[in-house]
Amino acid sequence: MSQNFRLNTGGLINRDKPIEFKFNGKKYIGYEGDTLASALLANGIHLIGRSFKYHRPRGFFGAGVDEPNAKMQVEINGCSEPNINATEIELVNGLSASSQNCWPSVNFDIGAINNFLNRFFPAGFYYKTFMWPKSFWYRVYEPFIRKAAGLGIASLEKDKERYEHKYEYCDLLVTGSGPAGLASAYAAAKNGAKVILAEDKPRYGGTLLTDDVTIDNLSGKDWSEKIISELKEMPNVIVKNRSQVFGYYDHNMMVMFERTGDHLEKKPKYTPRQRLWYIRAKEVLLSTGSIERPIVFGNNDTPGVFLSAAAKEYMKVYGVLIGKKPIIFTNNDSGYETAIEFKKNGVNPIVLDTREDQKSELINEAKDLDIKIKFSYAVIVAHGYKKVKSATIGKLDKDKIDFENTEQIDCDSICVSGFWTPTVHLASQSGNKLKFNDSIDAFVPDKSKQNEHSLGAANGTFTLQDTLKNSFNTGSEVSKSITKKDEKIQIPNTNERKYSTHDKFWCSPLPKGKNYKRFVDFQNDVAVSDIEVALREGYRSIEHVKRYTTLGMATDQGRTSNLNGLQLVANVEKKIVPQVGHTTFRPPFTPVTIGTIVGREIGKEYMPTRKTPMHHWHEKNNAVWVDAGAWKRPRYYKRGNENLFEASKREAKNVRDHVGVCDVTTLGKIDIKGPDAAEFLNRVYTNAWLKLPVGKARYGVMLREDGIVMDDGTTTRISENHYHMTTTTAQAANVLSHLEYYLQIVWPELNVNVVSTTEQWAGAAIAGPKSRDLLAKLFPKIDVSNEALPFMGYVEGDLFGVKARIFRISFSGELAYEINVESDFGLFMWEKIIEIGKEFNVQPYGTEALSTLRIEMGHVAGPELDGRTIPYDVSLEGLVSKKKDFIGKRSLAKEAFNKVDRQKIVGLVPLDRKSSIPEGSHLVENKNAKLPNPKLGHVSSSCWSVENNNPFSLAILKDGKNMIGKKLFAVSPLKNTSIEVEVMSSHYVDHEGKRVRS
Amino acid sequence: MLNIKCPYCGDRSQKEFAYGGDGTITRPKLNQEISDEEWDNFVYLRKSPRGKHIELWHHIAGCRQWFKVERDTTTHEIFRTFKPEE
Repeated sequence: MSQNFRLNTGGLINRDKPIEFKFNGKKYIGYEGDTLASALLANGIHLIGRSFKYHRPRGFFGAGVDEPNAKMQVEINGCSEPNINATEIELVNGLSASSQNCWPSVNFDIGAINNFLNRFFPAGFYYKTFMWPKSFWYRVYEPFIRKAAGLGIASLEKDKERYEHKYEYCDLLVTGSGPAGLASAYAAAKNGAKVILAEDKPRYGGTLLTDDVTIDNLSGKDWSEKIISELKEMPNVIVKNRSQVFGYYDHNMMVMFERTGDHLEKKPKYTPRQRLWYIRAKEVLLSTGSIERPIVFGNNDTPGVFLSAAAKEYMKVYGVLIGKKPIIFTNNDSGYETAIEFKKNGVNPIVLDTREDQKSELINEAKDLDIKIKFSYAVIVAHGYKKVKSATIGKLDKDKIDFENTEQIDCDSICVSGFWTPTVHLASQSGNKLKFNDSIDAFVPDKSKQNEHSLGAANGTFTLQDTLKNSFNTGSEVSKSITKKDEKIQIPNTNERKYSTHDKFWCSPLPKGKNYKRFVDFQNDVAVSDIEVALREGYRSIEHVKRYTTLGMATDQGRTSNLNGLQLVANVEKKIVPQVGHTTFRPPFTPVTIGTIVGREIGKEYMPTRKTPMHHWHEKNNAVWVDAGAWKRPRYYKRGNENLFEASKREAKNVRDHVGVCDVTTLGKIDIKGPDAAEFLNRVYTNAWLKLPVGKARYGVMLREDGIVMDDGTTTRISENHYHMTTTTAQAANVLSHLEYYLQIVWPELNVNVVSTTEQWAGAAIAGPKSRDLLAKLFPKIDVSNEALPFMGYVEGDLFGVKARIFRISFSGELAYEINVESDFGLFMWEKIIEIGKEFNVQPYGTEALSTLRIEMGHVAGPELDGRTIPYDVSLEGLVSKKKDFIGKRSLAKEAFNKVDRQKIVGLVPLDRKSSIPEGSHLVENKNAKLPNPKLGHVSSSCWSVENNNPFSLAILKDGKNMIGKKLFAVSPLKNTSIEVEVMSSHYVDHEGKRVRS
Repeated sequence: MLNIKCPYCGDRSQKEFAYGGDGTITRPKLNQEISDEEWDNFVYLRKSPRGKHIELWHHIAGCRQWFKVERDTTTHEIFRTFKPEE
């Protein structure tokens, strides 16, 4: 079979370029310019999938985004993707598609037994049947249902394609390049506005490509080409095809995805597959057109049943006949356009018009062409399982609720037209409450909530003349108010046929004794009977009916089913559609790949990586990294076969015995300047700051207003009105915002400026008994003696020609210094320390050793300052001034913060001196107590004490002050451990603090 | 995503800002005698109004200034943005 349904001439495809592709393993030929759908139809392929619930054979129904059935698993360039709409994907060489939701094949599908059991599969079937026993849901029912009802299969391979994001700003975004879009974009562009015109299809023009009209004596297609080529020449206009605007968000933030690569057989190297556009538009013009409504009848889901406009589009755009013996089933004049097109291509259609002896230009034209027309007729049921073979039709009685007579006629396809539904999804997403327009039986946009206008068919305007007039005018008015230019445009003359009124007929009645399945929603397999069941069971709100029956859900978003569903509910409830209301339209309008949404933010591009100036040195010296926010920090430096435990022990021991050096660049640094700086610090920190002399550092704790410790660190007075604050790595950004808030909002009268200098300074901490000897060699001109540079002292020096700041501060509890140089010299400083420190046995140490050192000293860090502790809890109450006020002080007076048995930090050692205590363990009195076992506290930090050579932990313990010496159990249900521990002081090493002052 | 006009920098995307909560709260003065209830109101209690609301925003990825925004909490319409002293 080779393209038996392809017309010899006509269409916009390129017959000189055949394209080979595969469907369900079999090879076919199509042409350049085809979609996968049109190429399959050219080859006479109609059976393309099985329905979601009943596994009924399904075929193509639409020709674009309206298509509910043709979801396929598609492979292009080795990339396999499920749920691709065959009517939207362009044919490329090597494309391979397969049907979904069928096993073993689309022709013989075992699941189709569901169809014969369909009386057991009513609406809400899953909710009713698989309720019991509860444990069966995850193990048995859900996997089974997923397999039976699954759509495609997501690839397990890593996506090799490239996706990109782009930001754009414009005066006007026009969505859709039909007559409304072209006219409004053109008028706005002429006024000098920055315009983006987006078209979801590869070809511009919308209905102008398929409607038999002329504009200024040009065919619709030629006129649209003329306008597009003019727009493309204008520097203020971006014209994009293959681009679907799928989301309308706040303040006219529009999101669009562009298919940049899928249609190319060979994609240029740096061309992404798809691109996501964030467009902030001053005004949005929605020219999204309309979608034809089906008429519901028996077995209306049989392959071979099409929307009539889709059948016309397949002929006019792709030169493809969807059938050679079609029935046109219509309630309005549109069906006649399709009939005339068939006739022109040598096919004899028969038109069933539900109206009585209607007269119109189009009907006359059809009659002149000898097209057979039956008025007051409807299709009752389609026959044929995998393809339409015949249909029972009938003459409607006067009330159109029954048939006067019926007959069966042969046919190979049925084209339905139930009039037009404006595509109002984006307008609805913008917040526009829709209103029901009785004359077209559909919802149209009402008052705008954002800067948007709907134009043309999207607004319920179905004549070309009015569409062009309104669109030129709106485009010009809206742009005029932005650009202040007013270029007059002559509205072109049009030639179009006049439509007569449509019939409100939307669903064929069932003849007595017949029980045909009549589908409303093809994608979700929702039939008239399902909705009736839901209503019988008491569901009233349309939102509930939607969820119970799945009507209008999923990727389809009710594009063809919405209004018929509402109509049915209204009929049963004896209401009218506007009383029933409509469900909410949600973005995305059409499915968007996850890859496009993610864009480049994947893998190491997921978030920025911050590296210190010494990063490459660490790398060369076998650093094993740990993430600290966005920073990479060495966790330890691996020597030989060492593991984390061995390496960190070695590094920590070396600090206690000799001297170590640690990269502390990541600490937050804030420069504080101004005459009121001291007063400001005095309000920010809990301790006193007014009398700190120049050249001295002080440790400080800051609280939130609720009394909880926010951060700690040292601040040094560099000169009279100049301070250098350090924060923890994790809280650096929060502390800066906090300071800015108080300076700008609470105390604007303080003359102080703050700025982050974290990136400007590289920092190295040298710690250990030999650190002074090392410092003396690094700064031979400075007196570094304990008298000249005491604990918490500060001095500036010259490090082999590089200006350096030297702080005598310590986190490790050892004699220690921190040296800062400008970041560009960070590596130089580091290498000097390593080189000169050799004779003192200097070793670099990572965050693991750093933690060990601070834990055995009882210094608190993030795990203790966890957003739940006040100064007392972490034994910092000595730093809380009783005399002055500061941020959060009033909260410390609260009753709960002054309870005698309040939690407090303690130290823990396992009784066996061997078992390390997992962080997060709960502290309990009796490990065998009945659950829930009363929890007394938790283990916050654990290490292997290098000083005492046994495990040691810090914990926050209820009434910790009075618990010293007690024995408790540290239980971790997560690690399944239960360790008996002894409670002791949190200062395990040097609790008098002699070393830092030595 | 909102479009916010920073009074110092002009129109910017919401991505550049951090939300700062109710903009009408005044912190009690330092050293002020204040009841537990008043203090708790200041620290914890915030209104969640439907409609117009004055709130604080911080231009963290820009000029780092805090400023005030008058916004409708239901429609997200922004009526004005202004410097804290205005």
